[in-house]
Amino acid sequence: MSHFLDMLFGRLGWDALPFWTMLQDHSTLSIINGVIATAAASMVVIGALVTFGLITWFGKWRLLWSDWLTSVDHKKIGIMFIVISVVMLARAVIEASFMRAQQAVGLDGGFLTVDHFGQFFTTHGTIMVFFMAMPFLTGLINYVMPLQIGARDLSFPVMNSISLGLTAAGAAIVMISLMFAPFSTGGWSGYPPFTELAYSPDAGVDYWIWAVTLSTLSSTLSGINFAVTIYKKRSPGMHLFRMPLFCWVSLCTAILMIFGMPPLTVATALLALDRYLDFHFFTTDLGGNMMNYVNLFWAFGHPEVYILILPAFGTFSEVFSTFSGKRLYGYNTLVIATMAIAVLSFTVWLHHFFTMGQSAHVNAAFGIATMLIGIPTGVKVYDWMLTMYRGRIRMSVPLVYALGFIVLFVLGGLTGIVLANPSVDYQVHNSLFLVAHFHNMLIPGTLFGMLAGTNFWFPKAFGFRLDERWGYRAAYSWIIGFMLAFFPLYALGLLGMPRRTVTFFEPAYLPWTIAAGCGVIFILFGGFSLCVQLWRSIRERHLNRVPVGDPWDGRSLEWSISAPPPEYNYPVIPQIYSRDAFMREKDEGTPYQRPDRYQDIEMPANSAMGVVIAATGFLMAFGLTWYMWWLVIASGVVALVAIILRGFVRNTSRIISAREVQETHERWLDIVNHTPGVSRAQEQTTANRGRALPPINGASQ
Amino acid sequence: MTTPTSRYPGLNLGKGHAEADNACEELVFGFWVFMMSDLILFGLLFGIYVTMLGATAGGPGPHELFEMKSAFIETMLLLTSSFTFGMASLALKYRHDKGRLVAWLVVTLLLGLAFIALELHDFSSMASKGGVPSRSGFLSAFFGLVPLHGLHVTVACLWLVALLAQIAIYGLDKGVKTGLIRLGILWHFLDIVWIGIFSLVYLGGLT
Repeated sequence: MSHFLDMLFGRLGWDALPFWTMLQDHSTLSIINGVIATAAASMVVIGALVTFGLITWFGKWRLLWSDWLTSVDHKKIGIMFIVISVVMLARAVIEASFMRAQQAVGLDGGFLTVDHFGQFFTTHGTIMVFFMAMPFLTGLINYVMPLQIGARDLSFPVMNSISLGLTAAGAAIVMISLMFAPFSTGGWSGYPPFTELAYSPDAGVDYWIWAVTLSTLSSTLSGINFAVTIYKKRSPGMHLFRMPLFCWVSLCTAILMIFGMPPLTVATALLALDRYLDFHFFTTDLGGNMMNYVNLFWAFGHPEVYILILPAFGTFSEVFSTFSGKRLYGYNTLVIATMAIAVLSFTVWLHHFFTMGQSAHVNAAFGIATMLIGIPTGVKVYDWMLTMYRGRIRMSVPLVYALGFIVLFVLGGLTGIVLANPSVDYQVHNSLFLVAHFHNMLIPGTLFGMLAGTNFWFPKAFGFRLDERWGYRAAYSWIIGFMLAFFPLYALGLLGMPRRTVTFFEPAYLPWTIAAGCGVIFILFGGFSLCVQLWRSIRERHLNRVPVGDPWDGRSLEWSISAPPPEYNYPVIPQIYSRDAFMREKDEGTPYQRPDRYQDIEMPANSAMGVVIAATGFLMAFGLTWYMWWLVIASGVVALVAIILRGFVRNTSRIISAREVQETHERWLDIVNHTPGVSRAQEQTTANRGRALPPINGASQ
Repeated sequence: MTTPTSRYPGLNLGKGHAEADNACEELVFGFWVFMMSDLILFGLLFGIYVTMLGATAGGPGPHELFEMKSAFIETMLLLTSSFTFGMASLALKYRHDKGRLVAWLVVTLLLGLAFIALELHDFSSMASKGGVPSRSGFLSAFFGLVPLHGLHVTVACLWLVALLAQIAIYGLDKGVKTGLIRLGILWHFLDIVWIGIFSLVYLGGLT
């Protein structure tokens, strides 16, 4: 019997429950940590139960299955990616506030145990990179890019759904680690030999390995999908140099994903071989060499930095030009700068470990290469500023994020140039200075970019504007909160406080850690404001509808169709004659044309492959983590059989009749014709129904 | 010679297969991009192998473990299978009877299976001489790289079996044609990777 149970549950035992330690060890510290861990696990359970309950209560399972989970529509997949990302963002922000609270009271103690703190910073980093930022930008590209190039879907819609499934499985693995603890304490970079079996024998690192592996596979597939779509599915006349800048950054991001993700797949796979099959890639004995891991990890890690930032650059480019009422300044240089950044990003990985034993010459070469990246980035900043110069700027929520970004990002970039100097890096590496630097890049860069993007494109996706008042509150709270929470970390780093420290004995740190702790309050208010914003917007959606689909007097193609767009995006594939295609139509007075004739449209049929891969991927990862080999084999076989059977499916598409397309389109054109226009000054009022009026004489360019 | 009608890299099906030829444009390009990504995996593992050549930790090294004769036979098997796959592709393109296509595919499959069998035999003979991955960093690097190629060949063989089954059910329809074109790319790609393994892992290890 016990043998059978061992086989069934592997090494999963009672001690994996988050309150187990608390029951054995009654010290105050243990009980506090037990309560925190149990509360977190309960949040997951309650969240899941409430979600399931609500879906059942409203009888929406069938709708969820056929309209969302099995849908291969790039727009729905994009939205689902972003939903995952927002849920994970909430968790990781809460974790961050616990860490800041711990360090604010961490002089000679604090309330978190070393192990618990280790799990906090590991899950925080892992989630923020792989399950917040990556799904967010993947979702945004998924939604926007095909619309902007005039395509009806991505090149490989089912593979897109599989990408979503893999990310969902990875996110679920990180979530379930709250219920069956522990997670890794090895940081988001998981350096061996600490993460080898000899030093971390429990299940934590295995959770981390499989969650990250699922995420990298997902991103590799997404990258392939995006690149092929941009190369092959642009509408006629959409030359590469007529694409909106967001499409260019999507292309560069995709290329970085294609080449940048495999090194991490290799790194985690080899670490798994070490841990499961007694290989010696990175062990301390028998010829293992952990430097190989470090090189592999950062051969991924540095391109990853630009995967995270480039989509935000693209979003901000659209935001600056739209809300300045001007053509993007220096389009060509922006494209070249983006490509230059993408290429250079492969040449600097060593700056992540200047102190790990290379010669000074090697360090110098990589230091110089690192500083070089500052040049194209600087070009971009000037281009954005010159886009605003002499524009008719309207303040809006996306623009507030963009302005916050431009100032803070330049500051963060400058500290990056400081760190790029190897001799300086020797002084501040592994300190909070570094933590301040990369948060300074990623929060104003990636996160603000994504939030600006959601505020900007939300009306397109859902047909109504987001509430502006709470939007501004959220944006300003994030900006102020960021500055208060992270600028003190620069000072702490210069004072010598190491990163990932649970407690410290230097009283001089205390004022700074308390200041940083206060910043978290603003950030939490920012998060709260985002929730209120969404809630109010949904409640008042009838007032804020923009059915015509062009609420911001947009410039690129996606604004030329209804909001939300029909499944097939364009009733007739548009012909493109210039950059800013839709603005050109509006300038010439020819938007919203009635096409001469309609044709049947062939769209990809729904597929359950994404769900199957998500379920099997999750179960396989869970089985591997807890040594439940039967589960690994069973789910592996199911996944393999499903993939093979998919090859036998022949009716992979369905036809939408020309008549249906015509009816839908003409109904919308009627709405367009009956909708009064709205001037730019009134675009944040209920008068905005999505039909932008041309500006008064001379204001447009 | 590349004619202007060449729409995607590699063998084009040509106008006679209009529907499949159109579908190939995106599919084949996508598959090439996937191959590039896959090549990064192999490239990195080659790099790791080279850095760990000396890390034998007192265990058996290339001279004790590698058998050039069987590695050479494996090379020949794989090269021949690439040739037979090429013949299959030509049979597909020029619409010879289905029988000839299937015959070439079956020969390819048998050569692939023979390669896998011989490779497994190699691994077991290495193991009998103490050459197991847990012995040293060098052996870990070897067993991280070479069996990954073997796994790819196994998957390719599985795919080939699945396509043969599809031919039996659907005949030479669009799905089968685009599948064969892509499998062909994978097959030749694995051939190239093996040439890398033969020169770098086996010959390079012995120098």
